[in-house]
Amino acid sequence: MNKSFIRYIFSIVITVESLFLILVSGVSLIYHEPVFFEYFITGVIFLILGIIGYRKKFDSYVFFAKEGFITVAGAWILMSVIGAIPLFITGEIPNFIDAVFEVVSGFTTTGSTIVDDVTALTHASLFWRSFTHWIGGMGVLVFVLAIFPSAGGRAIHVMRAESPGPSVGKLVPKIKDTAIILYSIYAGLTLIEIICMKLCGMPWFDSITLSFATAGTGGFGILNESFISYSSSVQIVATIFMILFGINFNIYYLILIGKLKDAFKSTELKCYLGIIVIASLGIAINTFNMFGSIFEALKHSFFQVASIMTTTGFASYDFDLWPMYSKTILILLMFIGACAGSTGGGIKVSRIVIICQDLANTLRQYIHPRQVKVVRFEGKPVDKETVNSIRAYIAFYMVIYFVSLLLISVDNLDFTTNFAAVAATINNIGPGLNLVGPSCNFNCFDYFSKIVLIFDMLAGRLELIPLLILFAPFTYSKKEKKV
Amino acid sequence: MKILVVGCGKVGRTTAEELAKENHDVVLIDKNPGLVEEVSNSIDVLGVAGEGSSIKILKEAGVEKCDLVIAVTNADETNMLTCLFAKKLNKNCKTIARVRNPHYIEDINYVQNELGIDVTINPEMITARQISRLIRWPNALNVDSFVNGKIETISFAVGDNHNLVGKSLIEIKKIYRDDVLFVGIERGSEAIIPNGDTVIAENDKVTICATPKNATIFLNKLGIYQMPIKNCMIVGGSKIAYYLATILQNMNIDICILDKDRNKCEELASLLPKASIVHGYASDDNILIEEGLPDADCFVSLTGIDEENVLLSLYAKTISQAKIITKVNHISYKGVLNNLDVGALVSPKLITADDIISYVRGMSNATANDVEAMHHFLDNKAEALTFVINKKTNVVGVPFEKLKLKKNLLICYIVRQGAIIIPNGSTCMEVGDTVLLVTTNSGLKSIEDIVD
Repeated sequence: MNKSFIRYIFSIVITVESLFLILVSGVSLIYHEPVFFEYFITGVIFLILGIIGYRKKFDSYVFFAKEGFITVAGAWILMSVIGAIPLFITGEIPNFIDAVFEVVSGFTTTGSTIVDDVTALTHASLFWRSFTHWIGGMGVLVFVLAIFPSAGGRAIHVMRAESPGPSVGKLVPKIKDTAIILYSIYAGLTLIEIICMKLCGMPWFDSITLSFATAGTGGFGILNESFISYSSSVQIVATIFMILFGINFNIYYLILIGKLKDAFKSTELKCYLGIIVIASLGIAINTFNMFGSIFEALKHSFFQVASIMTTTGFASYDFDLWPMYSKTILILLMFIGACAGSTGGGIKVSRIVIICQDLANTLRQYIHPRQVKVVRFEGKPVDKETVNSIRAYIAFYMVIYFVSLLLISVDNLDFTTNFAAVAATINNIGPGLNLVGPSCNFNCFDYFSKIVLIFDMLAGRLELIPLLILFAPFTYSKKEKKV
Repeated sequence: MKILVVGCGKVGRTTAEELAKENHDVVLIDKNPGLVEEVSNSIDVLGVAGEGSSIKILKEAGVEKCDLVIAVTNADETNMLTCLFAKKLNKNCKTIARVRNPHYIEDINYVQNELGIDVTINPEMITARQISRLIRWPNALNVDSFVNGKIETISFAVGDNHNLVGKSLIEIKKIYRDDVLFVGIERGSEAIIPNGDTVIAENDKVTICATPKNATIFLNKLGIYQMPIKNCMIVGGSKIAYYLATILQNMNIDICILDKDRNKCEELASLLPKASIVHGYASDDNILIEEGLPDADCFVSLTGIDEENVLLSLYAKTISQAKIITKVNHISYKGVLNNLDVGALVSPKLITADDIISYVRGMSNATANDVEAMHHFLDNKAEALTFVINKKTNVVGVPFEKLKLKKNLLICYIVRQGAIIIPNGSTCMEVGDTVLLVTTNSGLKSIEDIVD
């Protein structure tokens, strides 16, 4: 294993994050808050560490899939721990595990919080929480590798490990250009949302933090009641942008280069929008009695469906009070998740589409054993390996899900809470139901359970495999044999 | 430049890798999705799975906006068709096709004009040319020529008891002559661009750069120059063997070709009436001895199987004094073969890729100071390049001692109006010069790249 190259990349990641922390310390200056030194000093210390590590050259460029997975998983854990330090030393989150939970929840764009009173946090910390969403939404490593010109073609291993979705391709020949295009689309859309929010009468700080949280499909709010108290126009803007950020970014690229026809032919896009519309209508009919007006019912059902399906996790209404049918729809949407190649989490629409076809084909095979059927997606045949990896993904997903469920049940909370808590974290959504519902938070869990949920969030964001590889004993076994 | 490479074999892959390193936008097309995925995982190119001669796939790969299409699949017809379609879809793009079938080669100009192919590459032909160059320098491991053959780079192995061993380059200059430059030393797996203090060690492979005449005198003095080759034995009646035989016969060298396929032998016999064609298994050592291997000046193993070539060469080494040339297709074996005494190694795929790349380099900077030719040496770790200086830039007209040249870069010769100048610190480059340099920094594109 190429340890020196991994160290090199870790150093760059630390450097970049320390710069972000220094930026946050600037926010505390604007609001004259006493947390400036905590953020600034942490930033400077890690900046120095990062630069020292970055300046020491690495031995070789040899970089394979294994290194890619370990780098990504390791870097995300490292980033989360460093990001938690200022929250911990300012005393705003007095326990370090809680601070790590909060920051992991930020970077993984989950949005589950353990803070009882969000409004008590300083502006700097609120900004940092939202900013982690924005950084984590697109992934920081691909960006880093694209900017630093040393990895070359191998960076695709990192991109594949970090980007959501079953098959990650490049848009243009060079990975650097691909990354730049994706980040430009991301930043551009975020900017448009900030402006729209501002036009709806929100203050700058709220527009920026909420846009960051929407863009990363995160879900940290800056009020305890999330979106419930905002005006209808703000809620509608948020609904639209949540849906937009849940779409595969390749589609925006196709639109930008003028291939509109190809963009709107996408199977995944059609399924994604179809599910949103059907689920929203279902909930609107079910909850119509609670709202009394069609507009209110539709507004809340669309907001909530978009929020859950894209795994953002904002709430425009305490959906824990909704009828069982609506709640069940929301729980199911949690598992489906957004499109591949977006900033959202979950299993992803594309995987669901492929696995459904695969199931149908398998069933057909029982009746016509000699029939040859090929799974097709986006107009192209999907090769067997991809289908197999999706089956394996879903199996891993179930294993992690149920083991986590067992582990957190030690706290003796009710089943709905536990089931929704794991679903909300592994799919990077945020709020669950009952004790972890939109009006409550994850502080009801013990520290052991919080660590399990931290693992779930990271596993969900990094698509399970990198984290499993990082902790699998056989990843490192070869090295021992050589010695 | 935007470049489409169709066909992801060794040639396609090496070419794409080299071009991606030089910062071109490369799209690779191959019909094997697994291969495409594997290659686009290891080098920074965009992979497209599909038939290269399909218009839909070409469009998907962006043929309409590309500058160059390189078709190097196994099939000549696919390559030619790909270039034809590419030219029809985009008039402005250049096309390079690998064409190896002798029937097409016979009328290659007609084929090129009618199908809109700008350059055809025949790997067998250029390999044969490379081998013939090696035969002209019997003791060399590798020979490349530059500036219309005015300057050659020659690599040879220093034995363990040679009189160069233990001497620094300055001492060698004093003893022998000062118009021969040492431009590269391969020591184990390391490639060194030497300076005056570098000391030659045992078993080094050194590369010198000189005019053919000076090199001859120099190698003669060293005692490693051999009499010209009079006869040559070739095992394997491939297309390379045919082209090689034609070239060698023009140099008045007697040819003996051995092949195990009766039909192939008959075909060769009708094509090469002056050569002696032998039908038989080369692994039968009696045949090789019977046909005069012990007295042969040169032995070339060209069968289709690398392992067979290596073993034949090792065997030939034991029973004769001949110069040995071994063809290897799997370049990855090279690390192992460097430790074996199999003489000079030639790899048709690497030679082909080199050829394509030097063409692309010439094309990519057609207006600026451009690379005219490029050859790899020192096991691909170093490059020798010639630049033609077309216009004045910040490095032109400045003495070399005032330029901050990159590390591991050596300016070897300047050719000015036909005269060859060995540069020193006070020499400057002028417009119209051709400059030959060696470097281990790959990816130099214009003469300005020589400074940091």
